[in-house]
Amino acid sequence: MNRLKTRSASGKPNYFLRLGAVITSVMVLLILVGMIWQPYSPTAMDATAKSQSPSFAHLFGTDTMGRDILSRIMEGAGTTFLIATCVVLVGFVIGTIIGCLTGYFGGVADVILMRVCDSITAFPSILLALVMVMLFGRGKYQIILILGILFIPSFARVVRGEVARQRSLTYSYSARLMGAGHFRIIFRHILPNTFPVLLPTISIGFNNAVLAEASMSYVGVGVQKPDASLGGMLSEAQAYLGNAPWYALFTGLTIVLLILGFSMLGEGLSREE
Amino acid sequence: MLKKRMLALFLLGALLATVLCACGDKKQTDNPSSDETSSSGEPVNGGEVVIGISQDLGDSLDPYQMTAAGTREVLFNVYEGLVKPNKDGEFIPAVAAELPKKSEDGTSYTFTLRENVKFHNGAVVTADDVVKSFKTCAATTVDTALAAALSDVKEIKAVDAKTVSLTLKKPNGDMLSYIASVAITPANYTEQVTKPVGTGSFKFVSRSVQDNVVLEKFADYWGQPAYLDKLTYKIYEDPTALMSALGAGSVDMAVHLTTDQVSTLSNQEYKTVEGTMNLVQALYLNHKVAPFDNGKVRKALSYAIDVDEILAITADGHGTKVGTSIYPAFTRYFDQSLVGTYPYDPEKAKALLAEAGYPDGFSMTISVPSNYTPHVKTAEVMVEQLAKVGVKVKLDQVEWETWLSNVYNDRNFQSTVIGFDAVTLTPGALLNRWVSTNGKNMINYNNPQYDAMIAKAEATVDDTQRTELYKQAAKMLTDTAANVYVQDLADFVVMKKSLDGYAFYPLYVMDMSTVHYVK
Amino acid sequence: MKYVARKLFTLIITLFIVSLLAFLAFQIIPSDAALSRLGTNATPEQVAQLQHELGLDRSVMVQYGDWLSDFLHGDMGISFKYNMPVKEMIMEKLPLTAVLVLLACFLMVALSFPIGVFTARHAGGVFDRIMTVLNQILMSIPPVFVGILLSFVFGTLFRVFNPGSFVSYNENVLRFLLFMLFPALSIAISRIAMSVKMLRASLLGEMDKNYIRTAYSRGHSRSTALRKHALKNAVIPVIVFIAVSAAEMVAGSIIIEQVFAIPGIGRLLLVSISNRDYPVVQAIVMILAFWVVIVNFLADILSQYIDPRVRLG
Repeated sequence: MNRLKTRSASGKPNYFLRLGAVITSVMVLLILVGMIWQPYSPTAMDATAKSQSPSFAHLFGTDTMGRDILSRIMEGAGTTFLIATCVVLVGFVIGTIIGCLTGYFGGVADVILMRVCDSITAFPSILLALVMVMLFGRGKYQIILILGILFIPSFARVVRGEVARQRSLTYSYSARLMGAGHFRIIFRHILPNTFPVLLPTISIGFNNAVLAEASMSYVGVGVQKPDASLGGMLSEAQAYLGNAPWYALFTGLTIVLLILGFSMLGEGLSREE
Repeated sequence: MLKKRMLALFLLGALLATVLCACGDKKQTDNPSSDETSSSGEPVNGGEVVIGISQDLGDSLDPYQMTAAGTREVLFNVYEGLVKPNKDGEFIPAVAAELPKKSEDGTSYTFTLRENVKFHNGAVVTADDVVKSFKTCAATTVDTALAAALSDVKEIKAVDAKTVSLTLKKPNGDMLSYIASVAITPANYTEQVTKPVGTGSFKFVSRSVQDNVVLEKFADYWGQPAYLDKLTYKIYEDPTALMSALGAGSVDMAVHLTTDQVSTLSNQEYKTVEGTMNLVQALYLNHKVAPFDNGKVRKALSYAIDVDEILAITADGHGTKVGTSIYPAFTRYFDQSLVGTYPYDPEKAKALLAEAGYPDGFSMTISVPSNYTPHVKTAEVMVEQLAKVGVKVKLDQVEWETWLSNVYNDRNFQSTVIGFDAVTLTPGALLNRWVSTNGKNMINYNNPQYDAMIAKAEATVDDTQRTELYKQAAKMLTDTAANVYVQDLADFVVMKKSLDGYAFYPLYVMDMSTVHYVK
Repeated sequence: MKYVARKLFTLIITLFIVSLLAFLAFQIIPSDAALSRLGTNATPEQVAQLQHELGLDRSVMVQYGDWLSDFLHGDMGISFKYNMPVKEMIMEKLPLTAVLVLLACFLMVALSFPIGVFTARHAGGVFDRIMTVLNQILMSIPPVFVGILLSFVFGTLFRVFNPGSFVSYNENVLRFLLFMLFPALSIAISRIAMSVKMLRASLLGEMDKNYIRTAYSRGHSRSTALRKHALKNAVIPVIVFIAVSAAEMVAGSIIIEQVFAIPGIGRLLLVSISNRDYPVVQAIVMILAFWVVIVNFLADILSQYIDPRVRLG
């Protein structure tokens, strides 16, 4: 918990960490509150209150079908947060396992896996996502699966490089000499040492996942209507930009804050090192 | 130091807030129907018009190969048949000089061609062109109803250079509308697929895929020539882009807008004209899947859906309720009394569900093509409404092509919200679909009485009797609650205030020959 | 040279895998071009007939083999949907996307170099502090939202351009470039922020090194040392980053073309996927993949050539 003292090694106050922590906790609070209470049901429509500008009854206004935008943003932010977290988790776990094994053992499996990773990277990611949506269908869980798979290479690459480097260091060698098994060396000795490198990858990964979910929902292959998602709301809001700019602004700002909080937290943490 | 950083953030926030307020007090635009008044100035010849359309012309531009409604709509200005429909849904002579002479028994038609009708390539239309057009159409058309009708043609021949006679194996009451569907094209021209040539009041100039289609006034048109010199159809597949283009005033006219789009349009350069889309929007139920094989369940769903609320939420009350598989523009066949068959009554819906063995409701899936916003919105409202009678709905939005494959072609679905239109001005175009053996009967509707009724109507020559039989068939669909019928969507056309003369047809076409600038 | 040859070989293998993957993906996803063309007035017999005409009823490997041999002979085939040569369609759309990406790269170079150098030279100053915060914010805005904000501010409010009414280069070059500036800025802005941050960090890193200290001792001022010596080395990772961005921004342009309704290659790709028009999709995928692979290859060679220690992230 030392980190929360927010003074970096050089003794200067670490504003990035502070601000990042504040923004992230506000967002998380918004999401947590949204899980137990929302001003209105995010799917309830009201023919008498369509496209209203912000007021006390509807703090962020209503959309074209008379749904409360604040409630939808709370719901949407929660959905986006859940998706991004799970995507990072899937990418992280599988990517780490693949990266560890290929980085440590090398050989044919290493070459093949890295070639496949290259091919996935050479594909326009949105295209890959589209094709996979057609295969798996649309919805929250499908997105987690699809983005999770797409995020594996980035984690695998980082871990592979780091593991290969650590393996050549003396401590791995001595562990080997002391008779430790390969898996013990990988998971007990090397893996913990790769975490400092992985930390920024995780925070960048989280932000990319938020972005990817928003982009997919924006193009219309993301979270299913009538469920709220930030990207889907943004694309809907764009059509009403001239008349109801607050709809796009509030939705967009929510995405920005979600990402900003995490990137500042990541930046602040890296300055702590 | 913190202060400085915070200051920067606050400045940014303040900027955003200003922008927000600057637009916040913009007035809501008027109700779309309020400025429907048409300016009644003198028509002016000449001028160019850019028309925003929402889908690219698909596939082939060949009149017998084109399938997409959006393609037919544009090329209506390029191709004509011997006769063609007018805006009242009646047939008027086009390439033919007058309506055909029909023999007593209804099996033979004789057409006299109009003098000096020219194709866009300059050639004069001959009887041989007409015969060739009918033969090519019969052999290659992708419209099954048209193909079936033409397969009943025993003989078509050129009597002389200006006369064509058509003999049928058996009389067909709808033959005139099928004849209207056969575009007359030059006999020895082979590039119809990419460079269409017809006899219409506009000729095809060029197309750029995903971008635009250009038509030009055909100066040698046989009838009243078009007013406008040039039409540029600009393709906006993304409705948002179309709305920005309208906001900036960079298109002169746009068709098929929804109420939402029209009410968000704040640009005062435009006026709005309201018509109908000419389609039957409904919650189509797959009769092969439980519980929709149960008539009581279908009726319960019909009672549980509040069509008025759907119209109010999705379209500010615009749109016309239908009640059966016929839309109101088919004035001769549309029966207004069918609309009120299932008034909104959630209690009755629950009672019917209980009778059918679902006292606690059930779960179902509505598949809906994601690119058709009006259908998606209707489905979204339905989800809320059905929840009130205990029916839990999962909305499955699929890409249009996936819908075509899974829902339409493979009939692998529970229910779907979609709209069906008519290709020709025949009741069969809307009703034959639900005959149990019809390849297009995607809901697997199987009602022997209905099949018999349609067969009887088709075999009847007397017009009044035929109409009555078709009306009875349509009533059967309502009585058995074949589908949960919703509406014919409101269709808005916006155009610059300096334009006038647009007429709605009972078909999905866009006649530009009457549109003109006013002084 | 052996390194280059090996890289070149893996490059070809990658492209081959990409083409095969794209083709197979098309076989698994539901629906096909025949269904897509015929729509809701089709009967199953018509669908089967058209499938036969388009050759869709042949075995997958025969279809792929045909496509591959045609492609290797420079023939991209005929579009199922539009009955036009694919090459013609792509040649018409490619310039738009190319200009978009090149403009974005240009913006990256033109903006991030001066700002990066300036902030490094005046590290700790007011401007530097503002930029550090601003960078962090800019990196957090999704391109889609940047696009929406730009079209709202410059389109709706100030009317600098007409969002939604794209002007093609053969109509008016200047208005075309003005229009493209906004989508280019949308995809570039977060990357500009990243390269500013990167250049600043990399310059400051160089400044601490011994050879710069030597330069100081030779009597060079801080700014000359920075410009004449540190910049040359510090710029390498940034150039590599811009090169990698040039590859990645192509994918970004697919989405941004939607926001600004640009009828470019991305739009054609999305539509053709919907239409199940695989000759078009295959061709575009190959072009995009080729671009990504070749740019990455060049970036690799570049960094390897200049400094064998530079590792790509």
